[in-house]
Amino acid sequence: MTWPTLSPVLTMGAVVLALLVLSSAVTLALRRMLPERDFAELWARVRAWWVMAAVFFAAVAVHPGVSLVFFALLSFWALKEYVTLLATRPADHTTLFLAFLAVPLQYALIWIKWYGVFIIFIPVYLFLLLPVTLVLARETRGFVASASQIHWGLMAFVFGLSHLGYLLQLPALPGRTVDGRALVLFVVFVVEMSDVLQYVWGKLAGRHKLLPTVSPNKTWEGLIGGVLSAALLAWPLRFLTPFTPLQTVLVALGICVAGFLGGAVMSAVKRDFGVKDFGALIPGHGGMLDRVDSLCWAVPVFFHYVWWAFY
Amino acid sequence: MSEEPGQSAPPHEPALPGQAPASASARRPVARWLQILFFAAIVRPFLALFIGLRVRGGEHLPEHDPFILIANHTSHLDTVALLGLLPLARLHRVRPVAAADYFLRSRLRRWFSTTLFNILPVDRHHVTKGSNPLSDMLAALHAGESLLLFPAGTRGGEDGAGHFLPGIAHLAETAPEVPIVPAFLVNLGRSLPKGTFLPVPFFAEVRIGPAVHVTGTRAEILAGLEAAVLALRGEK
Repeated sequence: MTWPTLSPVLTMGAVVLALLVLSSAVTLALRRMLPERDFAELWARVRAWWVMAAVFFAAVAVHPGVSLVFFALLSFWALKEYVTLLATRPADHTTLFLAFLAVPLQYALIWIKWYGVFIIFIPVYLFLLLPVTLVLARETRGFVASASQIHWGLMAFVFGLSHLGYLLQLPALPGRTVDGRALVLFVVFVVEMSDVLQYVWGKLAGRHKLLPTVSPNKTWEGLIGGVLSAALLAWPLRFLTPFTPLQTVLVALGICVAGFLGGAVMSAVKRDFGVKDFGALIPGHGGMLDRVDSLCWAVPVFFHYVWWAFY
Repeated sequence: MSEEPGQSAPPHEPALPGQAPASASARRPVARWLQILFFAAIVRPFLALFIGLRVRGGEHLPEHDPFILIANHTSHLDTVALLGLLPLARLHRVRPVAAADYFLRSRLRRWFSTTLFNILPVDRHHVTKGSNPLSDMLAALHAGESLLLFPAGTRGGEDGAGHFLPGIAHLAETAPEVPIVPAFLVNLGRSLPKGTFLPVPFFAEVRIGPAVHVTGTRAEILAGLEAAVLALRGEK
């Protein structure tokens, strides 16, 4: 191989840039060739990807501190979208404030690389503390619902997503150039590509509905086509990882399936809330949560495999 | 920076009879700059990044003072959010009408309310012929200042669109040439409800409607204004 001299960020930047140019060109060509069909949504999505890719690379390339602040903002925004749709009670006020306060604390733990507390702060300590603050509000009606919903949101959007931060902080393995930042690029790229390819496969070949009562747009063809093609795309990207070629494809399959499950869970949440999207932050995509839902599931799975196998 | 009152009102805008020199220019320049700094450095980033405030119908905000902005009231953030919509250069000409007994209670609160928010304090408990809060509001309008009013009075539960107090109808009747702009605030009452002091970030929305001109008896005016604010509640 001749290109390990290029940094992973630059290499992936070039790959993503090429894909963006390609998808923009394809969309424009489709618009020209099929003028009777409406490609407004597709075009909005492609344009949003340009912006998201630029913001993400800027956040990851500059400095780990910038990256962690960026990931913390993702968690904060996602938690906010979720909490806004919850039927909260006035008695939940202080507990909700503490839940949001957990975002900077969790990322501060990552910044100082205190793994032992990072991994139990939300699942154990906040699990114990938050219901106590609800007790202090002295309102028992709706207590269990509030305690569960608030902690569930913290687990998914703060604890789950913050694994991206700890992944970034992982040092280079002895004798290799692969470090946390390369692993972040790998997992985010593969999972997001899997989302995109599931959408594309579903649009092109989707016939058999997968979860009609949860997410009517998900099809077997979309799932299988998307996951398999994303796993194949991961193959040439193993320079970002310490994996063997076979391992790369198996891990990619695992995180794509986990990402799909995360998306399905969030679809069920949206159904329960009676909304189509979690917000309107990103044109064509909905809210922040609509974009990071698969990462909330895939990144912890990826992180703990890497942690167990290599660190 | 300070404009002559004659210049601020364009020819097509009906000038108020007996317009006095803008009392806004009487405001200490330090206070004015502190307010601008406070809104530029703290309020606007807070609304954009922490709350994620969405604005709909912002084009209905009049480009010229004076006007009267009326809204439902559930939170201290209501005033913050509505003032945050205005261009910084116009901030000092918009006076939030606020209860003197609450907002001037302690020295700190008084400093905040008068310096950073430029409130028009009204005495809601001792209304006499000599100290009618409406005369202060009319004086401000005559001086070319706009008013921000919560006609339901104090912050209410639910969506804070309770029954309007009659003062606003009186104001509309006495100064019919001043446009009244309805606004509806969504979710700010969840962020900072009455009795709390820590803001929780919920996505919130400000909806501004077109200016309304209602005529008739006081009761009809009052009902018309209430309807204009409530009409914005149903919008999705």
